[in-house]
Amino acid sequence: MSATTAPFPNATESWSLPSRGKVAMAGLIIAESAIFTIFVVAYLFYLGKSVTGPTPAEVLETPIFYTICLLSSSLTVHLAAKCLARGITFAFLGLCLLTIALGGLFLYGTAQEWHRLIYEHGLTVSTNLFGTTYYSLVGLHAFHVTAGLVMLVIVAAFGLIGRVGVKQSGDIEVLSMYWHFVDAVWVVVFTVVYVLGR
Amino acid sequence: MSSNVITVPVGQTDARPWVDELHQWLTTVDHKRLGILYILSSLLFLAVGGVEALIIRIQLMHSHNNFVSPEVFNRMFTMHGTTMIFFVAMPVLFGFANYLVPLMIGARDMAFPRLNAFSFWLSFLGGLLLYFSFLGGSGLYGAGSAPDVGWWSYAPLGARAFSPGHSSDYWTLALLVSGFGSIGTAINIIATILCLRCPGMKISRMPLLVWMNLVMAGMVLLAITPLSAAQIMLLIDRYLGGHFFDTQAGGSAVLWMHFFWIFGHPEVYVLIIPCFAFMSEIIPVFSRKPIFGYPVMVAATVCIAFVSMSVWAHHMFTIGMNSYANSFFTLTTMAVGVPTGIKIFNWIGTMWGGRIQFKIPMLFSIGFLFQFLIAGLTGIMMACSPFDWQLSLSYFVVAHFHYVIVGGILFALFAAFYYWYPKMTGRMLSERLGKWHFWLFLIGFHLTFDVMHIPGILGMPRRIYTYEPGRGWDTLNLIITIGAFIQAIAILVFVANLIVSYFKGVRAGSDPWDAWTLEWSTSSPPPAYNFATVPTVASRRPLWDEKHLEDPDSQYE
Amino acid sequence: MDGGREPAQVYGSMQIELAWTIIPTLIVVVLFLATARVIHAIQDAPEPAGALDVIAIGHQYWWEFRYPKLGIVTANELHIPVSVSGHPTPTFLQLLSVDTDHSFWVPQLAGKTDLIPNHPNRMWMDPQRTGVFLGQCAQYCGTQHAKMLLRVSVDGPEDFASWVHVQQKLAVEDAGAIAGRRVFERNACMNCHAVGGTPANGRFGPDLTHLMSRATIAAGAAENNHDNLRLWIQKPSAIKPGSLMPAMKLSDADLNAVVSYMETLR
Repeated sequence: MSATTAPFPNATESWSLPSRGKVAMAGLIIAESAIFTIFVVAYLFYLGKSVTGPTPAEVLETPIFYTICLLSSSLTVHLAAKCLARGITFAFLGLCLLTIALGGLFLYGTAQEWHRLIYEHGLTVSTNLFGTTYYSLVGLHAFHVTAGLVMLVIVAAFGLIGRVGVKQSGDIEVLSMYWHFVDAVWVVVFTVVYVLGR
Repeated sequence: MSSNVITVPVGQTDARPWVDELHQWLTTVDHKRLGILYILSSLLFLAVGGVEALIIRIQLMHSHNNFVSPEVFNRMFTMHGTTMIFFVAMPVLFGFANYLVPLMIGARDMAFPRLNAFSFWLSFLGGLLLYFSFLGGSGLYGAGSAPDVGWWSYAPLGARAFSPGHSSDYWTLALLVSGFGSIGTAINIIATILCLRCPGMKISRMPLLVWMNLVMAGMVLLAITPLSAAQIMLLIDRYLGGHFFDTQAGGSAVLWMHFFWIFGHPEVYVLIIPCFAFMSEIIPVFSRKPIFGYPVMVAATVCIAFVSMSVWAHHMFTIGMNSYANSFFTLTTMAVGVPTGIKIFNWIGTMWGGRIQFKIPMLFSIGFLFQFLIAGLTGIMMACSPFDWQLSLSYFVVAHFHYVIVGGILFALFAAFYYWYPKMTGRMLSERLGKWHFWLFLIGFHLTFDVMHIPGILGMPRRIYTYEPGRGWDTLNLIITIGAFIQAIAILVFVANLIVSYFKGVRAGSDPWDAWTLEWSTSSPPPAYNFATVPTVASRRPLWDEKHLEDPDSQYE
Repeated sequence: MDGGREPAQVYGSMQIELAWTIIPTLIVVVLFLATARVIHAIQDAPEPAGALDVIAIGHQYWWEFRYPKLGIVTANELHIPVSVSGHPTPTFLQLLSVDTDHSFWVPQLAGKTDLIPNHPNRMWMDPQRTGVFLGQCAQYCGTQHAKMLLRVSVDGPEDFASWVHVQQKLAVEDAGAIAGRRVFERNACMNCHAVGGTPANGRFGPDLTHLMSRATIAAGAAENNHDNLRLWIQKPSAIKPGSLMPAMKLSDADLNAVVSYMETLR
């Protein structure tokens, strides 16, 4: 719902309040940030404390390409929302699908990395503290990417049958806020796991 | 909502078959009904948690008692704490927030009515899940047992190695589920307050109850989530072989403590701030004066919210942090007492020079002021780490926090019940039963919790199912138990009052207390749409302005 | 005032608000500074030369005490020397745990400090008078948390020296208790318990070398006498249900023999 504006009967100023979708999403982002912070703290706290097993430096490979995919999907979803606000539904749909593709690529990259870590290096969630904290943090993020992709697919599906128009642009902006949050979290996770942690 | 005016259809009948009525209640998205559902569910869990408390008190009545086995006792104190915090205190406060916030800001409902319903049912079903553990918990002691790890489930006691079976998983999952419900409600409250205020109600004109629920909701977002995160980690440890809190693999038991108390301490402020809200509405009305220092009350509340995020490790003074860490948390804990104390002064300042009406809500409010002050003072005592090294983990702490929760929160809640029950039901609660309730509960409360400080000072630790004779704790525990039963009787009187008054109470009318906030401008109970016309306000006390046209508040703000 | 009905509507007062903000803040500052001094004095106290070192290890539901420099291992009942102000002999404890969290609390001797696995802690006691002081575990550690009791005997110098002397010796070898010793060594007892100078060196349960020098058994749950010893070995749940001591299910003859053996371990 976009901001309501109604004339204030007894004064000259108008009465406008923020959009409840955006406020709610901001609240959700704050709450989720707290959850991620706790997982990041656990990861940082346990760096170097594993009693056995492979260390980050031994097994981690920096996922530059998939990171670029995810971060550029923020741009595409932002442009998609902008196009929809201006009523250019065709471009919106294309950018929406591109976002889904980029996000899906990122998830594929994560899956590939996990496959390598498990089958080539024997690193699982129960191997050592690094395994536990790594899979939990990256997995929690991947879960949130998946949830965002599900929502984007639903939006794309409705878009393909012509049900998404300018009136929905506020809601799509709210969804894109969530997607930006997921990307911002990846920036933090990437820095902590692949830069600081090695 | 695009229209400001709702036309009322004529000829609507009230009578409905009971199945229909039940269906309406189960599928409602109306904030008032959800508020009442929250309150009713919390009263149900209050009864259960209360019985658990009485079982604890009977067992501790004298040394070497055999009323229950150690296993049952350990489940009782675990379930009592978990139930009271998560399934009584939080829901009842969310219930009052749900009911009152839209009415007080002149809105027709919460920002997200369906999310509201979803959050309530998550919360309620979380409670049922917790209690299903009695049937499905298969722990070490045979089929079916409730969690017995304490309401903090400290690591590594909560790990698979020390808590086999599923009993502690019920604790984890029930709180995860209801935690998500709490986050949903908090988001809803914030969106409602920021986005649905009626014209003229600037942020600086909101009733203090609305302000404080806004702060509380913000804190919920930051406080509940660390617990959810820690519980996910615990589940990973227990089911996926993780090592987050596995000390044998280099994991840290202290990390769990930090995560838990980063939730646990702000949580108690989440519980008390809505009670400050009740006091800030009730005390002015029964003193016939506006709240003393509205801006400072807001600032103090926000200040408490921030500072309270930095005090958590005062629950961990005994775990072996170094002297600098202990000193830091001593400082922040003492510091948070300053804005809290300021609020007490402001309430007293409100009463000063007023014309006090000693109706039941005011009696409970005065009890709150006195008891919350004492609880705060014992808190400051324990903020001093060297004192805490003796008092922590003893009955002194148990006395302190029950002083806040029962003497503070529950008294404020009773005041809120007597004050807003007329609005919710259209009938006044009985003054006579209210006086019995108040005096019985006051006597029982003080008998129990004043005395309870002493065994703590004499060395009695908490969470023990029995104790040795000759320590000097026997008589004191007996007195404590007697007080508990007196409180139980008082609660029965209260419940009787709630029920009897519903059918036979004096009709309330829309504004029985001659109050000043918007909820009193509509009928009792309000219609489903709250206000036929969305109000516009020009001051913090819109009804004062209407009743005192020659001297409105808007001149002074 | 409104027609004499409502009192004066006072909205606040900047001076009063300032006063009751500044004064509590000053009180907090003073309280904090006074407290910080005490915190440092206690936690950062250096260990004097004459101090006694004890390692306390928490178990579900008993206390293991080791005196590393004296070569002593005992359980549940701590003996420490009284400390004289001219020549202080405080006891410095290192606190460890093998399982869950515990907390060492003897109120009359010191504030409590927790025993946390993988997190060694340190505390000290500086008792100024002799006597027996009672305490117990203060951090919920499981079913029998309530009966993980402590007895600290603060001894004068001669008493302490003679206690140490006894504890340092290997187990008494009493020929009359051979039968009981065989029972002890042939059943599972050796897996958990140690008796100095014999093949028994289990560490899961308390060291029994000088069992009879203790006033209580089962970490204070029962007085150390013949009947209780017998009951404890046969059916621990009668004294401390949930304790990790298994019911040994010995025949009467074996039970009598092993109890007689226990009673020789002075």
